[in-house]
Amino acid sequence: MTRRTTRTRVAVSAGRAAGLASRLTGRGQGATISGRVMNLISPKLLAELAADQRVVLVSATNGKTTTTRLLTAALEAAGRPGEGPAVVSNSTGANLTSGIAPTLARSRGPGIAVLEVDERVLARVVDPLAPELLVLGNLSRDQLDRFGEVHAVGDKWRAVAEAHPDLAIVANASDPHVVWAATPAKVTWVALGLRWRQDAATCPSCGSLLDWSVDRFDCRACGFAQPDAQHRLTKDALVVEGRTVPLDLALPGEWNRYNAALAIVAATTHFGIEPDVAARAMAEVRSVAGRFMRIPLGDGREATVILAKNPAGWTEALRHVAAHVDAGVVVAVNAHVADGKDPSWLWDVPYEALAGHPTAAAGERRLDVAVRLRYAGVEHAIELDPIVAARALDSDDVSIIASYTQFSALYRKHR
Amino acid sequence: MNTRTSAVRIGLVYPELLGTYGDRGNAIVLVERCRWRGIPAELVEVRADETIPDSLDIYLFGGGEDDPQLIAADGMRASRDAIVRAHAGGAAVLAVCAGFQLVGHRYEAADGAVLDGIGLIDMVTRPGPNRLIGEVVVEPSASVHWGAAGPPARLTGFENHGGRTTLGPGVEALGRVVAGGGNGDGAGGDGALAERFVGTYLHGPVLPRNPGLADRLLAWVVAPNGGRLPELPSPLEERLRSERLRVGSAGPLRSWYQARRLARG
Repeated sequence: MTRRTTRTRVAVSAGRAAGLASRLTGRGQGATISGRVMNLISPKLLAELAADQRVVLVSATNGKTTTTRLLTAALEAAGRPGEGPAVVSNSTGANLTSGIAPTLARSRGPGIAVLEVDERVLARVVDPLAPELLVLGNLSRDQLDRFGEVHAVGDKWRAVAEAHPDLAIVANASDPHVVWAATPAKVTWVALGLRWRQDAATCPSCGSLLDWSVDRFDCRACGFAQPDAQHRLTKDALVVEGRTVPLDLALPGEWNRYNAALAIVAATTHFGIEPDVAARAMAEVRSVAGRFMRIPLGDGREATVILAKNPAGWTEALRHVAAHVDAGVVVAVNAHVADGKDPSWLWDVPYEALAGHPTAAAGERRLDVAVRLRYAGVEHAIELDPIVAARALDSDDVSIIASYTQFSALYRKHR
Repeated sequence: MNTRTSAVRIGLVYPELLGTYGDRGNAIVLVERCRWRGIPAELVEVRADETIPDSLDIYLFGGGEDDPQLIAADGMRASRDAIVRAHAGGAAVLAVCAGFQLVGHRYEAADGAVLDGIGLIDMVTRPGPNRLIGEVVVEPSASVHWGAAGPPARLTGFENHGGRTTLGPGVEALGRVVAGGGNGDGAGGDGALAERFVGTYLHGPVLPRNPGLADRLLAWVVAPNGGRLPELPSPLEERLRSERLRVGSAGPLRSWYQARRLARG
């Protein structure tokens, strides 16, 4: 705290006041406005606030909030109360520069900061925050109208690794964009597998067609290929440093096993935490900033809320819910700026898997959803409010799978 | 193809390269609208490392990012003769965004690279000063190419492209842009329309949002020589189309009001 200048202290106080005002007036959770005020008053704020922290940055198109939460759980479990470093983390998913500052401002002396960073913001915060570790998960299409192409994001990440060749990175070896981005730095690879490959058809290095014929990528033209990974996720467990660690997570779905695998490898290889200790701490996590929270439907039933922002996320979410024969599903979609204003991605998602499930189309773009479901052969109700839609479904196991602004509205109301 | 004995073969060309904007949806809609009418139809995917056959009834070229578009262009040029032969022999073509740019003579990318297309349509595309992103409304041209059914109702879509397309003399636009950018070359049109050919910048995808346009494409191959398709009521699709028409045609103030209406149901 001693290294903070007066200007930064003023900035932090003013930002906190703005955040409090935002919460009291019910406008938001306060993190973003609070950070905006802080950044405005003190431009060097991020660097000063991060100076006494060991900073870990977590980024990906999907899973960054959960991976951040899981890694934080492992670090907290490993530190003994009163000893060991304190951990701060932006656990509400406020992951732009404005969300990071208030998180760092909470630290009370030297410690570890585990920060989730939006994939398009990462390159801008690496220099001020001087992280000692990056954890990079995956890159796929998301909000194309707002952020443009996937390749461009990968190139920005790569520029970070090129500028910091000594930076430690824990990265997914199965995603060509991530491999392309991380390679110039000091990388620990984890093979997680990649099921959504529609953004991984061409080589990030030379633009030729990638060969996926043996379930791993290989560019015949330039030699860019999937690296051999020291650590890998198998069907039942994670193999880390040659040891098999079972993953018995409270969090549902295959995709959370990816998140946990990345977090365990980061905790083990970088912080020296026993993989079993890390895995046990992660097993306890039940809900992450509203993801997988249960909302009472008022008739004795509860609905599980799942955030799915893009076709890669949706494909995983569908696999999860469609595995339960009687599961009811509400597909709740908006198309605001934060969702992407073009919901054409609905046609990339294999909604055919919902045939036979009690299903409803909800959200402001419920008609786009309904037309998609009709062509997928899925009978459905149409209802603006996802809770009203969920109540009407004849199922004891209802999931509301929601786009970003649908999700955050539910979270605000039911947290 | 006057009397069909086999299933309508709907070809989704290079889905892993030209499929960035849910373009598979156009193929799904064509297949299902055949089947719902009792007409057998088959979805044929042409993978990126395969040659494009001349045996398809409808060719779908979708939207894509720059690198994939480059590879798609190579493949389309290599299979140019098959595409041109099939089209001349009665097949229909729907080309959207990147795929639309590649049916022209030439596409100049923003980085200065020049990409040769297949020259099926007399047109060229150059980079514009900015990307055109947002809802689009298009009034279809009153053209003989639509056939007995006449032009479809107003089209809605979502565009996201940086190219500006100029049609050659005598080439008709798909329609007049009522709201949005379209070809963006100052001529006020979107896409191109020719015999059994529709090119457009509209995503959404375009056929789920505009069932009338889907049915024109199908009629060209299923009921040529002025025939008509059996009617297929599409109340849900029409509800979506009118909602998008209202939102897409609205100015800034109306657009804000429409957004409030959407949120309240």
